[in-house]
Amino acid sequence: MSLQLDFPAVLERWPSFLAGAVLTLELAFFATVLGALLGTLAAVGRGTHNSLIAGACKVYVETIRNTPLLVQIFLVYFGLASLGLKYSAFTVAVAALTINVGAYTAEIMRAGFEAIPRGQIEAAEGLALSRFQIYWHIILLPAVEKVYPALTSQFVLLMLASSVCSQISAEELTAVANYIQSDTYRAFETYIIVAVLYVILSLVMRAGFWGLGLLLFPRRRRLGTPL
Amino acid sequence: MQQNAPSSEPIVSLHNVQKSFGALRVLDGVSFAVARGEVLALIGRSGSGKSTALRCIDRFEKVDGGQIVVCGHRVDRPDVNLRALRQDVGIVFQSYNLFPHLTIEQNITLAPCAVKGMATSQAKDLARKVLAQVGLDEKLHAYPEQLSGGQQQRAAIARSLAMQPKVMLFDEVTSALDPELTGEVLKVIEQLAADGMTMVMVTHEMGFAKGIADRIVFMHRGKVHETGPASILTSPTTPELTQFVGTGNLKS
Ligand SMILES: Nc1ncnc2c1ncn2[C@@H]1O[C@H](COP(=O)(O)OP(=O)(O)O)[C@@H](O)[C@H]1O
Ligand SMILES: [Mg+2]
Repeated sequence: MSLQLDFPAVLERWPSFLAGAVLTLELAFFATVLGALLGTLAAVGRGTHNSLIAGACKVYVETIRNTPLLVQIFLVYFGLASLGLKYSAFTVAVAALTINVGAYTAEIMRAGFEAIPRGQIEAAEGLALSRFQIYWHIILLPAVEKVYPALTSQFVLLMLASSVCSQISAEELTAVANYIQSDTYRAFETYIIVAVLYVILSLVMRAGFWGLGLLLFPRRRRLGTPL
Repeated sequence: MQQNAPSSEPIVSLHNVQKSFGALRVLDGVSFAVARGEVLALIGRSGSGKSTALRCIDRFEKVDGGQIVVCGHRVDRPDVNLRALRQDVGIVFQSYNLFPHLTIEQNITLAPCAVKGMATSQAKDLARKVLAQVGLDEKLHAYPEQLSGGQQQRAAIARSLAMQPKVMLFDEVTSALDPELTGEVLKVIEQLAADGMTMVMVTHEMGFAKGIADRIVFMHRGKVHETGPASILTSPTTPELTQFVGTGNLKS
């Protein structure tokens, strides 16, 4: 038994790999930004006294956390189609990934909000800040800071999980790999390259979050404890 | 709202205030008033309802009955304008509660800018002024955790002062501090009193209360048990206050 690897045959398709990797990164970028927004709103919603809003947010979070991502993607894909709405595979993928990561973000952000001491909020109330101002100026950033590692890991996981978007033929990295291996009959080599590319994408994202952390948490930068 | 209340009109007045937590009656008909420029010290044993009374003034607790008027705001009414009330009242807590992610300057300028719409440059001037007032001018750009407890508490006082309140509430603001840091905070409060600030302070520092309070309210089991000028601390009339000041609480 001998292992024969022929990388050059596969590597000559590098423009396709590159395009796939870039698309994966784009998917991850948009879903991260939109998911962070959606998740934060859902976390705020779960904490409100309005039981209708709180209940709706809870149903959203629990539904998503207890169904497979692939099923969610198909639901969005076929759901939009059955409504007669035509969107590109990319748009559908971003929507589905946003809905998915939003639920996980909501849970993480809720933990962050709960970690803010009551005294912080009372001090802000005592200074006559409004409800919204308290969330915006006092709660949000310290809450994000408390859960930043968990949050960023979740977004990296999302990027990796976006590989299932190949199922609705979004031309991301895994979809590209599927074409290439069926063209070249070099499946093992193809997926080794893809795995390496995913590792690189993860590192790119982690570097990005590290830089964002420097911007978001100047105190940590000043005190020499960056996240 | 009475912006220019006559000086005879109290800044803060509580009348027959009732407050229970579940079955526990914490305030049982509390009444007292604070005139403009007056310093009132709330004293009493732990659990006697001092903090609750103070928190009712700024409506951190809703009263069950009675009447509270603060700078013309009917605090006991459900329709009280909370944000207007809290612009008139400054409150400082035992645990400082500075915002950890903001510099001292940002801690101070936040509310004047966000609530009063003050221009940033003007708010920064104000921050410098109030920090000088508490002797912390050089800490403008420090973060709270870079300050000692006493410095953090002084910064918290400065943050309140920047909103130019008509009355300041202090809840055991030196209780979390080492004795050597207590003095620097008390000195700031003393200076405020000398400048004519109206204040209600819960304190265990009897010597300090005796030195600066115009009036003492001694609380016992949710009631105002004895009240009078600072001299009641040296010649109390009720056995409870006698015992309270006798248990080593009165030292200067
Ligand atoms: N939010 C609350 N819920 C339930 N009980 C409370 C609450 N706040 C205070 N109490 C109780 O009310 C009593 C008076 O408390 P407090 O006003 O803090 O007293 P003091 O400040 O004089 O020590 C205490 O028995 C305390 O346990
Ligand atoms: Mg207390």
